[in-house]
Amino acid sequence: MLSVKHLIDTTSLTADDITQILDTARSFSEVNKRAIKKVPALRGRTIVNLFLEPSTRTKSSFELAEKRLSADSLSMGGATSSVVKGESLADTIETIDAMNVDMFICRAKLAGTPQKITEHTDAIVINAGDGKHQHPTQAMLDLYTIRENFGHLDGLKVAIVGDLSHSRVCGSLVPALKTMGADVTLVGPPTFQVDDPDYYGVPQTADLDAVIPEMDVVYMLRVQLERMEGAAIPSRREYNRLWGLDMGRVNRMKPEAIICHPGPMNRGMEINADVADCARSRILDQVNAGVLTRMAEMYLLLGGENNGVSA
Amino acid sequence: MEQPQLKAQIMDGQAMARALTRVAHEIIERNEGADGIALVGIVRRGAALAPLLADEIAKIEGKRPPVGSLDVSFYRDDVRRKIAPVEFGTDIPFDVDGRDIILVDDVLYTGRTIRAALDALIDLGRPSTVQLAVMVDRGHRELPIRADYVGKNVPSSHEEDVRVTIAPYDETNAVEIWTKPTE
Amino acid sequence: MAYLLKGAHVVDPQVGLDDVRDVLIDGDKIAAVGESLDAPEGAEVIDATGKYLVPGLVDMHVHFRDPGFEYKETIETGARAATHGGFTDVATMPNTDPVTDNGAEVRYQIDRSRHAGLCHIRPIGALTVGEKGQTLAEIGDMVMEGAVAFSDDGHGVQSAGMMRTCMEYVSQFGKVVSAHCEVESLTTHGVINEGRASTRLGMFGWPALGEELEIYRDIELCRMTGCALHIAHISTEKGLELVRAAKAEGLPVTCEVTPHHLFLCEDDITDAYDTNLKMNPPLRTAADAAALREGILDGSIDCIVTDHAPHAPHEKDCEWEIAFFGIVGLETSLPLMLTNLVLPGTMSWSRLVEVMAVNPRRCLRLPEIRVEAGSTADLTLIDPAAEVTVTEDWLQSRSKNSAWLGATLKGAASDVFVAGRHTLTGGEVTPVKRVLR
Repeated sequence: MLSVKHLIDTTSLTADDITQILDTARSFSEVNKRAIKKVPALRGRTIVNLFLEPSTRTKSSFELAEKRLSADSLSMGGATSSVVKGESLADTIETIDAMNVDMFICRAKLAGTPQKITEHTDAIVINAGDGKHQHPTQAMLDLYTIRENFGHLDGLKVAIVGDLSHSRVCGSLVPALKTMGADVTLVGPPTFQVDDPDYYGVPQTADLDAVIPEMDVVYMLRVQLERMEGAAIPSRREYNRLWGLDMGRVNRMKPEAIICHPGPMNRGMEINADVADCARSRILDQVNAGVLTRMAEMYLLLGGENNGVSA
Repeated sequence: MEQPQLKAQIMDGQAMARALTRVAHEIIERNEGADGIALVGIVRRGAALAPLLADEIAKIEGKRPPVGSLDVSFYRDDVRRKIAPVEFGTDIPFDVDGRDIILVDDVLYTGRTIRAALDALIDLGRPSTVQLAVMVDRGHRELPIRADYVGKNVPSSHEEDVRVTIAPYDETNAVEIWTKPTE
Repeated sequence: MAYLLKGAHVVDPQVGLDDVRDVLIDGDKIAAVGESLDAPEGAEVIDATGKYLVPGLVDMHVHFRDPGFEYKETIETGARAATHGGFTDVATMPNTDPVTDNGAEVRYQIDRSRHAGLCHIRPIGALTVGEKGQTLAEIGDMVMEGAVAFSDDGHGVQSAGMMRTCMEYVSQFGKVVSAHCEVESLTTHGVINEGRASTRLGMFGWPALGEELEIYRDIELCRMTGCALHIAHISTEKGLELVRAAKAEGLPVTCEVTPHHLFLCEDDITDAYDTNLKMNPPLRTAADAAALREGILDGSIDCIVTDHAPHAPHEKDCEWEIAFFGIVGLETSLPLMLTNLVLPGTMSWSRLVEVMAVNPRRCLRLPEIRVEAGSTADLTLIDPAAEVTVTEDWLQSRSKNSAWLGATLKGAASDVFVAGRHTLTGGEVTPVKRVLR
């Protein structure tokens, strides 16, 4: 059981919580290798996937995880959502809640939406990404991928590179890595750097080439073209030249170092095509880890009679 | 809260070993040999007993049946504090289709664990038969489930805890009755 | 009607009074101030022992939403809130719908407030038509109808050239320009202070520089045009330093601060995303708030204002980034000042009177109100022992978007007189007798 009722951010998770999620995910890896990739752990539970912002990967990963846990799930959002018709969030949630659901998986364009949902329902809420704030289930799959590769997380040097200030991935990954004892460095153009790196207690630099040789993990962020207001970088070409991961930079990484990316990739911008497909790349492992860790999170928060709140 | 107290030891290591030998004989007798059988121990202590039972069968038949382990956590109707670490999780290195599967567990009580184990096993394939071997049957069934092979019947009350201790989890092999902790 | 207030502790730095007195109100004037006055026949005697009597409080920065957004507040409900908070005068910002940018709109507000019959409404006219920053509004027309000051509050005037034109034009009327300072190209999408809070909560920042840069610009325009400048809702230490320097040079620059910028800061915004903490300008750092408290004590900040900004529940009970800016403040302003600064002894009563009564009148060029015979009887009686718990029911404003819901505060107005009319009686708004217009 976890120390939290909802999974809203990684800041509230303890090291024990994170370890439990990763260990449980590991147990699910056996289920996912079977012919029948399904267990009855959440049979009869109803989960609503409320995607108030378009998403293909995260949504399909959650849907698959729900099916493998035998939960009944319903996906809402985008064009089918009344939220876009001007209904307030409170009305949307209370309407769905009246149908007795057990869990909301929420992806939202606006920061704090999952927290607001908890004020209008007794159901458990998992944040599937809220604005520029956090994306905790992404952080868990990243940690799982990195831990499976190195066998541990503490002491690893991790560079998070790119569009830091528009990134909810950065917002949840940095606190989670720090909780597990990793050393994080933020790298990005000054126009993409976080407002206050001291909040995370990590160094921040614009010089990717200076940090590359030191790192165990180079985590390339997607440039959030859809969230770029005004041009903060001159061009894709210049971005690629200064902060893109190309083979020249890959060859200067430590021999055992790995590359991660949350996807979807802008190939040729933050990551070159040959790099994305090279032996160091763990990008497809991350996708697989997404189903496992999301199964673990839902199982630990919703499984059985006890819905996960420790007494 | 009152700590649990040891009330009595029902079996020691020697008694357990004798029971395993007898159960091995019964399994061979019922299945007319050991061909086609496989042992599946339920994590955690059933999975520790299954290899010992396989060793007994090997002594008699000269051939050791394959052994696997089954973690039923995700088939239970409650979430436990600790999920078994994956190295003690489900590991069945053989095809269950068409086999005579002997499920092995330490204590048979309400039958709910066995119900979960049957679901889990059937998700893995289609065994020819499924039989159940337990070290202790303490009664109080809540489902229509019975053991095919029993090391020892131990009549007990709900206020008691029947424990099987076994390596690698415990220092000695034994069957003990303990009082339950009271709040 | 005559009232004799017995045994009040009268505080009025304008007449050098800080002592126990009896005050006799007769008609719309103060008839006498003295020791042991006798009540004339028919006068109502009010025992004011233990209470403080001060010149009527003035809030020179409120939003009454009337016309256009009457579901949030009307002049009548706003006036009730002002009275409940101890105010005799409020200056209403022009971002109504239509915008108060001509004489008729100014006249409308004054007429409505007379109908409401509680406090004085002092309309502030827009600098530019529709507050769009492009065309000079009919400022002279508005002056003639009773506008007391001019502002495009809600926005900064983005063009320095347009602001220069506005200030040059206003200077001929001897009125003040109240400047909402915000360089919009620096604050685009900003919903929270840039820095720790924007990083922690993952939202676009509203940097301090966005405010400070425009304060600097407008001070220089003040120097150039000679037009009196009042910096609205100052929120940063650096901005305050700019004002201090301008004052030291003798420029006609004043400024105001809200209780929320004094007593709250960005650290109070938790991951609950409480939208009653979403302000424009945003809550700044704890160090900024401390500097502002220092500024209100040392005279650098002239006035306390509330920026009273009523919003309906559905405009606040939503995600932070789409919630409206601002909170209601008229009813909590005096209790917050008393609880946090005056009663603990940090601020003197006479300084409180300066920042909540004397200075705002001076900024708005209103006639002085003094606690002396012959002055208009605009008076506020304060009970320092009163305890108020801020609840939705207690708030008289039509909107309930207070950052202090649930808080218990010490000290509140018990009685208010507006031109001799007893508008607040024992902490309750006096029912108004309707008069035909």
